[in-house]
Amino acid sequence: MEEKLLVTAREIHGLYPHVHIWGFPIATYLFLGGLAAGILLFATIYYIKGKEDEMPFTVKIAPLFTFIFIMIGLLLLVYDLHHKLYVWQLFTTFRIESPMSWGAWTLVGVSIFSLLWPLSYIDDIEEYLHERGWKRLDWITKFIRTLEHKCKIFRFIVLFFRKHRKKFAYILLFLSIILGIYTGILLSAFNAHPLWNNSILGPLFLTSGVSTGSAFVMWLSNNKKERTRMSVIDMALIATELFFIIHMIMGMQAGPEAFQQAAHLFLGGEFTVIFWVFFVGFGLVLPFILEAMELKGFHIPPALPAILVLIGGFLFRMIMVYAGQMSEYPL
Amino acid sequence: MRYAMAIEVNKCVGCADCVVACQTENNVPHGYSRDWIVEIARGEYPDLYMHFESQRCNHCDDTPCVRTCPTGASHIIEGGIVKVTHDECIGCGACIEACPYDARYFHPEGYVDKCTFCDHRVADGLDPACVSVCPTTCMHFGDLDDPDSEISKLIRTRENYTLIPEAGTNPQIFYLK
Repeated sequence: MEEKLLVTAREIHGLYPHVHIWGFPIATYLFLGGLAAGILLFATIYYIKGKEDEMPFTVKIAPLFTFIFIMIGLLLLVYDLHHKLYVWQLFTTFRIESPMSWGAWTLVGVSIFSLLWPLSYIDDIEEYLHERGWKRLDWITKFIRTLEHKCKIFRFIVLFFRKHRKKFAYILLFLSIILGIYTGILLSAFNAHPLWNNSILGPLFLTSGVSTGSAFVMWLSNNKKERTRMSVIDMALIATELFFIIHMIMGMQAGPEAFQQAAHLFLGGEFTVIFWVFFVGFGLVLPFILEAMELKGFHIPPALPAILVLIGGFLFRMIMVYAGQMSEYPL
Repeated sequence: MRYAMAIEVNKCVGCADCVVACQTENNVPHGYSRDWIVEIARGEYPDLYMHFESQRCNHCDDTPCVRTCPTGASHIIEGGIVKVTHDECIGCGACIEACPYDARYFHPEGYVDKCTFCDHRVADGLDPACVSVCPTTCMHFGDLDDPDSEISKLIRTRENYTLIPEAGTNPQIFYLK
């Protein structure tokens, strides 16, 4: 038997009994970042394939939301910093080994493009708002139009973007993949936490992010064909996610003791119920079944599986952030 | 130049002088500490064995904290000492998450703080505060690159271990059995 006791007082906030410095803001940011990455990935891919009229919501409208999501995410990130006034230090350097540095620079690119993209589709956005009956949001499009009339530089930028949209689409596609994958790699880079420290976490976060993106489109699109296509894609993504999750847990179970203990958090430990019942059950399996039933002709409101997938994606990040910090090497 | 520390666990009585000396020398805020004492008890009654470990930043050779820092605030100075530049630190907590030893914490002013091996004293040819006050002289500080230094000889001749070597950090605090 071995027992270790801390003799001198060290009840520093966020360190004992285990490191806990990241919580709700970081998990929410990881969710919003993944969701934005997913939406932009579909928008750019379908645009490049020349299907903007077949998938109008995906290509033209949905990116408008990504800008909002990314701005909320950025606010949460800055809110979570402990030395906030020095945040600009992120942009005085680029550190190739630090995923957070990659993320900071990627976010700059993504926020600029995710603003320009919807600005270049302002007519379609107006039409969508009218079709949906969201006339109260008219002020957004009106404001942008006024800006376009009054400010020459603004008009020039929007026209320039519209003209070279295809080139920008490739850049944005690349950035959105980095954004989606980096949120997972961010966590897996911490070898002090065995639960995070596995190479499947990056692909798993990307898949989950893209899945929430497809669910979001499926939920808000007003085009039946688009909804069906997204629901098929989402089913494939959910299946991939399940495969990755089982793979991740198998890998940890087959690893050294610290990794087995990490897996135990989900296999009998305190995150078992929330992980398997609420995330895997209600966030992956149930929406998969609902989407399959809808394809078979049952009438299921598309919002139901979509919202389940979105809540599942958020829960997954909360679980990974909280459980990961509890998984440590025994000192 | 490669600074390191060797601590004789059987000579340590857990008095915490090193902890207090560090807090005084480095103006560590009340309630915080850059080093700490762990008591380790092994065996079953009546066959019990116990020793103390004075723990702190391991000034690792392979530093996960410096690797994950997004601004370069965490860096390595001459002699392998890991330090944080306060004005470059944004307080994101990446290094705290990256450290397997929980050696880093948020200073009340927001930046991340940790053991500096008392580099201001070392530059003057002195030992770190914790080493210099140890009443049992169980702690030794010196240059591992010099084969004739006391610490090089101790690590060469005495059985020793490091903390969580499996994390792959190559720590530079050695505990002599």
